[in-house]
Amino acid sequence: MGKTIAEKIFAAHLRDTPTPDNMVLDIDVIMCHEITTPIAIMDLVDKGMDRVFDPDKIKAVIDHVTPPKDSKTATQAKIMRDWARRHKIKDFFDIGRNGVCHALFPEKGFIRPGNTVIMGDSHTCTHGAFGAFAAGVGTTDLEVGILKGVCAFRKPESMKIEVTGVLPAGVYAKDIILHIIKTLTVNGATDMVIEFCGPVVAAMNMSSRMTLCNMSVEAGATSGLCLPDRTTAEYLWPFIRDDYDSPAAAAEDFKKWHSDEDAVYGQTLTIDVSDLEPQVTFDYKPDRVKNISELAGAKIDQVYIGSCTNGRIEDIREAASILKGRKVADTVRGILTPATPAIYSRALEEGLIKIFMDAGFCVLNPTCGACLGMSSGVLAEGETCASTTNRNFNGRMGKGGMVHLMSPLSAAAAAVTGEITDPRPMMES
Amino acid sequence: MKEFGGPAFFIDRNDINTDEIIPAKYLTEITKRALQPHLLEDLILEGKEFDTTAEDFQQAKVLVTRSNFGCGSSREHAVWALEVNDINVVIGESFARIFRQNMFNCGILAIELAMTDLDGLFALGRNNDTVTVKIDLEENLVTAENSKDERIECSFTMNPFDKELVGAGGWLAYADKKF
Repeated sequence: MGKTIAEKIFAAHLRDTPTPDNMVLDIDVIMCHEITTPIAIMDLVDKGMDRVFDPDKIKAVIDHVTPPKDSKTATQAKIMRDWARRHKIKDFFDIGRNGVCHALFPEKGFIRPGNTVIMGDSHTCTHGAFGAFAAGVGTTDLEVGILKGVCAFRKPESMKIEVTGVLPAGVYAKDIILHIIKTLTVNGATDMVIEFCGPVVAAMNMSSRMTLCNMSVEAGATSGLCLPDRTTAEYLWPFIRDDYDSPAAAAEDFKKWHSDEDAVYGQTLTIDVSDLEPQVTFDYKPDRVKNISELAGAKIDQVYIGSCTNGRIEDIREAASILKGRKVADTVRGILTPATPAIYSRALEEGLIKIFMDAGFCVLNPTCGACLGMSSGVLAEGETCASTTNRNFNGRMGKGGMVHLMSPLSAAAAAVTGEITDPRPMMES
Repeated sequence: MKEFGGPAFFIDRNDINTDEIIPAKYLTEITKRALQPHLLEDLILEGKEFDTTAEDFQQAKVLVTRSNFGCGSSREHAVWALEVNDINVVIGESFARIFRQNMFNCGILAIELAMTDLDGLFALGRNNDTVTVKIDLEENLVTAENSKDERIECSFTMNPFDKELVGAGGWLAYADKKF
C-alpha cells in the first residue's frame, strides 16, 4: 500500500510506536518563542536538566510582544535570551533582528521538505508549505523536544484537498482557506493532516502556500502541507545550492516525498475556486464565513494588516495596490505590521511603506501584537476590526471586540471605506 | 495512580476555545499558580458573563462539556489553569488535538463520552443538583450521582499510551526514562 507524504515523513522519523495509533518522532527543527518557552526552561532548570539535545536544531525568537511592553514580558524575553546564550543556540533572534516566527524562520531557510518541526505555537503548521510535517504543541511537548529531540503524536489520517479551477482576480489563498474551514468546520479535520494539492496550489508561490497551511489548525487539523516542487526549490535555493546542481535537480529530489499513486486518504475533497468571492468571517469562530458581498456595509473601527497568516511582502503589495492614492476613512484607524525586518526593508525599497503612511496607516515593527490581543492595536469593548490574522474568537483582539478575518486586499478596502467592502471594484484595471 | 473525580461543573457549549479558558493577557505569567484566579474569566455563555465566583465552580474537580473543547491556541496554560484550580478531569464529546495532548502530557484526564452518555450526565445536573463524578481507570468507567440519588454509569475508551502517561505522571517523566 502506498504512502501519503505525511506517512513518508513519519516513517523516516519514527523513533517508537507505543501503540498502533501513536508514534514518537525524531524532530529536525524545534522552534521557540518567548511566551511558551520560559516555563519549559524554568522547569528544566528546576529539575536539574538544564541542557538541550542539539543547539543547532533549535531556533528561538522574541516575537509575540516585541519590544516588551512591561516587566513581565521583558522577563519572558530575558529568560529565553539568557537560555539561548547559555546553550549557544546561534539561531536566536533578538529585538531588531526578530520577526513573527512563522514568517521569519522560512525566510532563514530553516525548513526542508521531509522535515519534522514542532513549536509551542498552534500556527506551526505554516511550515507544512515546504512539504514538512510541522505541528503546534504545548509547553511540555516543547520541553521534551528541547531535552530529547523527540515528540509523540496520535497518528493522524491524511485528508486530501484538491484545489481546482481558475482563481478569480482579487481572490487569494486567504479566501480559499476560509472557504475550506467553513466547509470542514472547526473540528472537521481533527487528528488529520491536510494535503493541499491540485493545479491552483501548484501555481501558488510559497507565501500563498504558507497562508493555506497556516490556517489548517483552524479546521482542527494536526497540520497541513503542500507537495514540495520547483517553487519550493527556487525559494530554498540560496540555502540548498551546495546540495544540488540546480533548482530543477532539487525539485526532482523532492519528489521522493510525494504521495504515492496508491496512497490511502481518510477523506478527499475537491474545491473548485472558479466562482469564489472574497471571504469574510462573522460571529466568533473561524468556520463562520460568508461571501464579502453578504457582509458589505458593516462598520469597522480598525484595520490590522500583518501576522504569520498575511504579513509577507506579497500581502503588503496587495494591500498597497488598493491604498495607493487613497486615504484611510475618518472613522477607521489602520495598522500595518510587516512580519519580518527583511519584509519591512523590502516594503520600504518598493515604496510600499510610503503608500501606507500617506494613506494614514500606523506602521509598526514586526510583531504578533494585536493578533492575540496582547499589544500593538488591542480593541476596546464594542469595537470591530477588519483583520488579516487567523482567529476571530470572542475577545481575541481585545475583550468585547469583534474581528472579521479577511485577505489583505479586502482589509485595505475596508480601511478606505470604513466598512466591509468588496475590494475588487477598487482594483487597478 | 492519582485519584480522579469529585464535584462536577457543567458548561453546555461546543467549541470552548483556549482564549476563553485562559485569556492571552495572562500568558505573561511565568508561574502556573498565577493563573489560578483567571480560569474561564472572560467566558461569555448565552450572552452573559461567566461567574467564576459561583460556589459550584469553585468546588469543582470535574468539568463536563460538549465537543471540540480546548480548540484554538496551543497554550498549555489552559491545562495549568484547570490544574491549579484542582480540576483534573474534563469530560466531553471530543477535544481539540493539542489541548487533549497537553492534558495527558500533564498527567490529567480528557475523557471522551458518547453523545447519549454525555446527555445523561448533563441531565443529572439539570436542576443545579450537585453531581459527583468518579473515574475508574482500570474499568474505564465514569460513574456519576446527583443529590437526588440519580445515577449513571458510562464506559469510555482511553488510548493506552495516554493512560501510560497518566501513570508515569506526565510526558516529561515518561520520556526521561524512555529516551
